Amino acid sequence: MNIQEFLSIFISSVFIYNVILSRFLGLCPFVAISKDTKQAFAMSAAVTCVITAASIVTWLIYQFLLLPFHLAYLRTLSFVLVIAALVQLIEMVIRKTSPVLYRAFGIYLTLITTNCAVLGAAVLNIDMFFVNGKAVPGSFYYSVFQGFCMGLGYTLAMLIMSGIRERLELCNVPSALKNFPLAFIIASILSLSFMGFSGFKF
Amino acid sequence: MRDLIKEFTKGIIKENPTFVLALGLCPTLAVSVSVANAIGMGVAATFVLLGSSVIISLVKNFIPNKIRIPCFIVIIATFVTIIELCLKAYSPVLDRALGIYVPLIVVNCIVLGRAEAFACKNNFISSFFDGLGMGVGFTLALILISAIREFLGSGQILGHTLIKGFEPVFVFGMPSGALLVIGLLLGLFNLIKSRKA
Repeated sequence: MNIQEFLSIFISSVFIYNVILSRFLGLCPFVAISKDTKQAFAMSAAVTCVITAASIVTWLIYQFLLLPFHLAYLRTLSFVLVIAALVQLIEMVIRKTSPVLYRAFGIYLTLITTNCAVLGAAVLNIDMFFVNGKAVPGSFYYSVFQGFCMGLGYTLAMLIMSGIRERLELCNVPSALKNFPLAFIIASILSLSFMGFSGFKF
Repeated sequence: MRDLIKEFTKGIIKENPTFVLALGLCPTLAVSVSVANAIGMGVAATFVLLGSSVIISLVKNFIPNKIRIPCFIVIIATFVTIIELCLKAYSPVLDRALGIYVPLIVVNCIVLGRAEAFACKNNFISSFFDGLGMGVGFTLALILISAIREFLGSGQILGHTLIKGFEPVFVFGMPSGALLVIGLLLGLFNLIKSRKA
């Protein structure tokens, strides 16, 4: 475990393999809620919290429950259920402790249950930081950090997108391209610019 | 019988999950690099759709209404695990190509959407045809997108060169090409719809 490794996880999950623009995870809220910067920020903050918490919980479950009992094939099933329960739990805790934050997150917190970015992050962590059914040294910290960084990447893409779309409201676009199609075309151009981080391969 | 055919065909064109309902776009974009991957993903998703629709419509009367979503998710996840293990055993190459997007079928909105909107209200025969139609519609949409991307991105479709001397546009094989193709296709479908109306 060294600082270099953390830096490379940060760069690769925020920029090179951005959750939305290169891995296509969590696209539905990305096109649906990115019209307004405030909402986009609330959504991505909620996603970041949940991804980080889910990374912690799923790692613990995989290491101490699924692996010792040779149940690795139940990964998908157990992760989905745990994430759904976790989202409910976080929602309850936030509602009790901070009504302001609860109002800011609104329905987005519940929607995250079916957000593929969360499950995707959990599965990716397991794929990357467990080799031959064994945790690599520092695996837990890497997983949590990678989950958090994927949340940051999500936030970055959401904020850029909502900034662009707020200005687009004033533009005159062909009616067939309004809303979804245009959002995808913008995302395509964004993704093209993010490709600069990984460099072109020929 | 006619009703069943209607359940089957509506998923292909009128309520196409990808282009009309805009559901489950994440795997659509990620695996549409080549037609072979698209067919693999389509078959996997169709299997999950079919299995979960039939089982959910059979047990719908035993599931308490309040906890129906977790129950649906467990049933769906079971079928995803089955297809995951089958892929690992019989087609490791495809499994590697599809990667994390196979387990992600669980959170694909098409599957849960059909369970919630159709299978928990109808008998298992119409649910079977509904699931099959949606699965075929999803597969066809995937094949369309991946054919465009594979042709433009590598000049070939399923390993066959279509036009000699065609210079491939690499960007279509990359993430940004996927987003561009789906954006323009959605726009095209909107245009056709508005022309008809």
